[in-house]
Amino acid sequence: MTGTLLTEKNLSAQRPVLFRYALLQLHDRELADDVVQETLLAALQSASDFEGRAGLRTWLIGILKHKIADHWRRSAREASVPEFNQIDEDDGETEQDEFFMSNGQWNGGPKAWADPEVALKQQEFWAIYEACQNNLPPKMAKVFMLRELVGLEADEVCQEVGLSEANYWVIMHRARLGLRECLEIRWFNNTKQEKHHA
Amino acid sequence: MHSCRDISILVSQGLDKKLSWRERFTVRMHLMMCTRCRNFQKQTQFIRKAARHYTDGLQSRLDKKS
Ligand SMILES: [Zn+2]
Repeated sequence: MTGTLLTEKNLSAQRPVLFRYALLQLHDRELADDVVQETLLAALQSASDFEGRAGLRTWLIGILKHKIADHWRRSAREASVPEFNQIDEDDGETEQDEFFMSNGQWNGGPKAWADPEVALKQQEFWAIYEACQNNLPPKMAKVFMLRELVGLEADEVCQEVGLSEANYWVIMHRARLGLRECLEIRWFNNTKQEKHHA
Repeated sequence: MHSCRDISILVSQGLDKKLSWRERFTVRMHLMMCTRCRNFQKQTQFIRKAARHYTDGLQSRLDKKS
C-alpha cells in the first residue's frame, strides 16, 4: 500500500485536518497555513520514509508536530507552549462516577434543552461552550479536541495520545457527559437564556 | 436489562464507530422508553455540531484579530 498513497492529491486531502490541528496549537491562521505547507512539502520529499504502516494521517501529524515544535523553538513564545503536547498525566480514568448511581441509573441526568440550535447563533453561548471545554481535565480535553475539533478518527486519536481502545471509550464518554452537564448547568438551565430568547 | 450507563456508553460509541446491529437494536429499544437517554443522544449530537461550529468560529475570530 506504499507509494500509491503518497500522491499530491492524497496529501492535500489531509490538509484540512492538519490545518485544524495546527490552528488549535498555534492560534494563528497564517502560521498554521505555513506550517501545514512545510509539512506537506517535507512529506513529499521524504516520501520514501513513509512505511504505510502507521497510516498516512498519523505519519503526517508526526511531521507536523516537529514543524510546530520548530516554530516554538524559533519564536520567543516558548512559555506559551499550548495545552496539547505536554499532558501525560492520567486523569478522567477514575472509577468513581458522579454521573450515574451505583445501579447504573442517571444521577440527575439529561434534561430537555430548549432550542439548542438558537444557542449556536449567540455569542454568549460560545464563551460558555469554551469555558466548559476548557474545564475538562487536560487529557480528556485533548482527546475530545482531537476527535471533535481536529476531526481525527478514534483509532488515530488513540495512536496520537497513546491510549488503548478501552481507555478511549471511557474518556470520550466522560468528556461528553462532562461537557453536556456543564452546558446544561451554565447555559440551558440558566434563566439568563430567557433574555436572549425574548 | 441494560442500565442507562450502558446505553449512554453505546450512544457515545455510536458517534465514533458503527455499532453492531444488535447494539443499535438495544439502544433503540431503550430510547423508546427512556427520556434521559434520548436527551443524552440528542445532546451529544448537538455537542458534535457545536464543536465543528466552534472550530470554524475560531478561524474567523483569529482572522478578525490579525
Ligand atoms: Zn436510559
